[in-house]
Amino acid sequence: MSAPGNHRFVSTDRRVREDRRFVVGKGRFVADIGLPNTKHVALVTCPYPAARIVSIDTSAALAMPGVLYVLDGEELAGATLPLMTGLDTPNVPRRPLAFEVARYAGEWVAAVVADTRALAEDAAEKVKVQYQKLAFVLDAEQALAPGGVLVHEAHGSNVLLDKTFTWGEVDKDFAASPRKLKLRVKWGRSSTVPIETFGVVASWDPWRDILDVYASIQMPKYPEQIAMGLKLPASSVRVHYDVDVGGSYGVKRGIKHSVLVGYLTRRLGFPVRLIEDRLENMRGGDAHGPERLFDVEVAYDDQGIVKSMKMRALENVGAYAGRSPFQLGKPIGAIVGPYKIESVQYRAIAVVTNKTTQDAVRGFGQAPTNVAIERMMDEVANALGLDPIEVRRRNMIRHEEFPYLIPSGTTYDSGDYHAVIDKVLAHTSYEELKAERDRLQAEGKLAGIGIAACLEPSGGNASFEPLLNPKNPTTTWMDSCRISVDLSGAITATMHTTSAGQGHETLLATVIAEVLERDPDGIRVVRADSLNSLPSNSPVGSRMAIMLGGAAFHAANKLKDKLTTIAAHDLGIPLERATYRDGDVFDNDTPERRRSWADLVAIAHRNFHRMPPGLEPGLAVSHVYQVPTGGKLPTADGRVQMYPCFSFEFHMILVAIDPALGRPEIVKYRIGHDCGVVINPKIVRGMTMGGIAHGIGAALLEEFAYDGEGQLMAQSFMDYLLPSSHEVPAVEIIHHCTPSPNTVLGQKGSGESGYLGAPAAIANAINDAIRPLGVSVNTLPIRISALGDMIAAAQDSKGQR
Amino acid sequence: MRIELDINGAKREVEVEPRTTLLDCLRDNLALTGAHAGCEHGVCGACTVLFDGVAVRSCLMFAVQAQGSKIVTIEGVTPGPGELSPVQDAFCETHGMQCGYCTPAMILTAHALLADNPDPTREEIVEAISGNICRCTGYAQIVEAIALAAERLRGTNRPSEL
Amino acid sequence: MKAAPFEYSRPADLDEACALLAKDDAARVIAGGQTLVPMMAMRLARPTRLIDINRIAALAYIRAEGDSVTIGATTRQCVAERDATIAKSVPLLARAIPNIGHAATRARGTVGGSLANADPAAELPLCAVTLDAVLQYRADGATEEIPAREFYIGPMITALPAGAILSAVRFPVWRGKVGVGFHEINARSSDFAFVSAAAQIELGEDGTCRRIAIGIGAATDFPMRLDSAEAQLTGGSLDDKAVRAAVREALADIDPLSDLHASADYRRRVAVDLAARAVNDARVMALGIAQGQ
Repeated sequence: MSAPGNHRFVSTDRRVREDRRFVVGKGRFVADIGLPNTKHVALVTCPYPAARIVSIDTSAALAMPGVLYVLDGEELAGATLPLMTGLDTPNVPRRPLAFEVARYAGEWVAAVVADTRALAEDAAEKVKVQYQKLAFVLDAEQALAPGGVLVHEAHGSNVLLDKTFTWGEVDKDFAASPRKLKLRVKWGRSSTVPIETFGVVASWDPWRDILDVYASIQMPKYPEQIAMGLKLPASSVRVHYDVDVGGSYGVKRGIKHSVLVGYLTRRLGFPVRLIEDRLENMRGGDAHGPERLFDVEVAYDDQGIVKSMKMRALENVGAYAGRSPFQLGKPIGAIVGPYKIESVQYRAIAVVTNKTTQDAVRGFGQAPTNVAIERMMDEVANALGLDPIEVRRRNMIRHEEFPYLIPSGTTYDSGDYHAVIDKVLAHTSYEELKAERDRLQAEGKLAGIGIAACLEPSGGNASFEPLLNPKNPTTTWMDSCRISVDLSGAITATMHTTSAGQGHETLLATVIAEVLERDPDGIRVVRADSLNSLPSNSPVGSRMAIMLGGAAFHAANKLKDKLTTIAAHDLGIPLERATYRDGDVFDNDTPERRRSWADLVAIAHRNFHRMPPGLEPGLAVSHVYQVPTGGKLPTADGRVQMYPCFSFEFHMILVAIDPALGRPEIVKYRIGHDCGVVINPKIVRGMTMGGIAHGIGAALLEEFAYDGEGQLMAQSFMDYLLPSSHEVPAVEIIHHCTPSPNTVLGQKGSGESGYLGAPAAIANAINDAIRPLGVSVNTLPIRISALGDMIAAAQDSKGQR
Repeated sequence: MRIELDINGAKREVEVEPRTTLLDCLRDNLALTGAHAGCEHGVCGACTVLFDGVAVRSCLMFAVQAQGSKIVTIEGVTPGPGELSPVQDAFCETHGMQCGYCTPAMILTAHALLADNPDPTREEIVEAISGNICRCTGYAQIVEAIALAAERLRGTNRPSEL
Repeated sequence: MKAAPFEYSRPADLDEACALLAKDDAARVIAGGQTLVPMMAMRLARPTRLIDINRIAALAYIRAEGDSVTIGATTRQCVAERDATIAKSVPLLARAIPNIGHAATRARGTVGGSLANADPAAELPLCAVTLDAVLQYRADGATEEIPAREFYIGPMITALPAGAILSAVRFPVWRGKVGVGFHEINARSSDFAFVSAAAQIELGEDGTCRRIAIGIGAATDFPMRLDSAEAQLTGGSLDDKAVRAAVREALADIDPLSDLHASADYRRRVAVDLAARAVNDARVMALGIAQGQ
């Protein structure tokens, strides 16, 4: 893997420095943090999908040993503000504890505080809640239909969002096209489900008026939202970013947990800790992911060129809003995928139901959308009897057409999709793959090749917020880096958010080292807390390589310029003659005349008399970096630039299915991946592999399934099935690099890679395999039993069994 | 109950309720926080420790049951301050982790595998770690780490029970 | 997920364990704990006392005795997995045990624990029923026996009397040209099976089936033997078509479970396929022995 430019440290095969603490078990996860006198929370949950809370009797619980307090929703609602939501839906308030009405089975109704978690659980069993069961609705289409059960009476309907965008001449393009195709695709409710649950410890210091918060968090504007909920200024909330997060991939937003413990510590006067157990996490942690129904229709011609697309996306949000509705908005920034579709109509509908609340999941709605688009492209190929790869090629944006403006207003920065496909097929012969498929079929298996071509929008410009809620004109999406060189000449860089395994410390050190031409291993990286922090928007939207890298690059260049200026002044030469190399600066005309790094550090820190006039002493610089191409509001017709950069992935897989068992096996997995300039190859490879594993889970194994009574059937890891090492095949990654013109090094994001296309590729492969039977499957996850039953029924009707 | 446990070669006395799991005892009573709680019902494997040399789930054992056996945690396979064992170093070389939460468990599982089978095939490594769920890596770089560790250990002339 | 409080006893021998159990009908025996502890963590099981039998050495053994192999109840699954006597004399167990959970759970889980737990999808109960194993238990100072087919009476329900503790299981040894087969289907390897099949055959001199046992697991409340299929197939050549027809007929009246993971139709249909594969594996293995492999 090499970058097109000449990089000394960027793109080289360096170790990830964070690994050192993890391999010896010295990561600092929230459950490892022990503040003296901390007390523990366990939750009392509602057993019904909808119920009015009639009364809560805490007397028996309070009488139990070690129990200090029982908090109910009424007290909490009186003392705090509802949690922030992004849409303009004031009649759909969300609170940490249900207030008057509980709206999903598992919703938190009361919180017990005790000396230990075990004692809190003992007491939670003794809290007696009287409920009056209410009618409930679970299905999104039922929730959408008028006249049914309302999840939030005051809102008047179950619709949080119903917005139709029309970009281009959709009706005209449909009328003019000789062929049309319709498809319905269902993405089952799944999520990222990190192995570490969400946890938070909060401690209120009433003499300093500071709430210290340690959490397993991945969330923009987290301190501010806690402050808002608790009616405090944000300067009274100190979130410690030096907590290692045990995986998040989007979902660890924990705002209700944090407001809850924040309130408790202020009320009770000692630190309070809530570490979700797995049961609390699965049912009531509010970390479910998209559950989306797509109805897609395309207009195309006899060559397989898709001219126009209509897409209706119906999202089953769950009982409260969370971030979920915005996951309908983000895909707008790549709504045509890598294709030159000319016009699009997109209807985004978000409805509430009596299910667990969702939060942001890796890709923020892109992975489900890619399944809809890629299944459709395969069906277009099938209708015409054309090769699916050929159809992709014909529709794809060509390398020379970048930057490319898509109908919804986003400009894709760069790409060479055809080159990536060529590379993958040069690595693994398509003809041989097809021959292998035929061999498997001859052996009695069903076998199929699945491909998926998708984009990874990266950079995290969340312009879907003002797009879906004009009352929220947010166009700033920034991140920061501070660099300081101390009197000993050592470099320390500061970052201003948490990380969940993405290797940000390594990323920072590498970029700064590259600019300053100093050894990256000598660069210390620390994290601020939210009170001594520069602005950050946390690692969401596959943004950190771009944003943290960008901030670090600019800060390092400021430092380099400062050092050069100091040297030029001290050498008495014009600035243009001062040349920086490896931390020293010399006179280009007479290189023996130079100032070393140590000289310059001394001058900056101690010799003010030698400093250029007007320059601040010391060597502390910072840069706050706005997202490239961002900063604009949407137009009146709903066009806006969303993310700045677009990575590309092309999956090509071979799947074999034992027809009697219905179990698919991925026999070969190839992925072409182009994320621009790679800052650390080990990190990027890990992301792609992990994303593919996650995609396999979403496609075949994972579902937060509910029964007809509104009960979550997958309440533990016994029923929510995460891929183990057996379920993930060997994967070969074929790299390409099309740098981004929008970023400091040409880097794009890769945090969602693999996950964005794997479910689509798997769905396409299975469909290719079962197509000869005359059946198709467009509902994920594709369970063994469902597939087996479908195959058996098809074979029966063909007299094959 | 007052019990005595053999942890990383040392005798440690703790006061626990019978219902305290070995995992919670290690973390809360003995400040050995390298073993992690991922599910507390024996599926994810993040709580793995070595029990008489064998990788087991410490969330599925009560501390009182552990009396009389030798327990080794991730802290016990770390050679010394600032040092890494060959297995730990191999995990750093291949970046066989991201968030680090499942990592101590994976490393202990690797130790147990390599003590029993110094030259495992890829399939044997995959099987050995199949009871440890990783949500970050997709397992590829973990399998490579264990293969690399095996190769390096075969090149040393000391026994691999480190 | 912390268990509800309980008392803990670690008796020195089995009779002491039985006495403790008899004193308190909310007490439970703990061996490997790989199933019991998760239930306790979820507070679905709330014993008042745990009677730990893990370190009663007399309960952990594997003994070949005449025409059988006896396995002590607290024998670890991983020990049974690697045992040479079992591999030689009860090869069906050797074939089935690696499917139980994961290495880390087999390290602690016991043969007796799995048998007593009676999960409909568990491998050891299926093997016990298929081979007509005999369960031994201790109660009131006496050792009693009960055949596997009478032991399993419902989902997670056995005929073990209150206050009794399973002490051993005795598997018969088949001599001659013996072959075994074991297949299960699950979403991920080592998950609970949706449906499973175990088969053991003995071939006669002429290569026909002299004796056959077929068991199906996970499709019904407890493992079932396919008596009618066995009767039909004895004396025959065990060709695939005949096997499938016989198995299908034997399963015609069952009412399999339908749940999140598999439909009833799937279980009924795939049971036939897995049984056919198991019988075929057994036949191939037996022929291999016949050919002196």
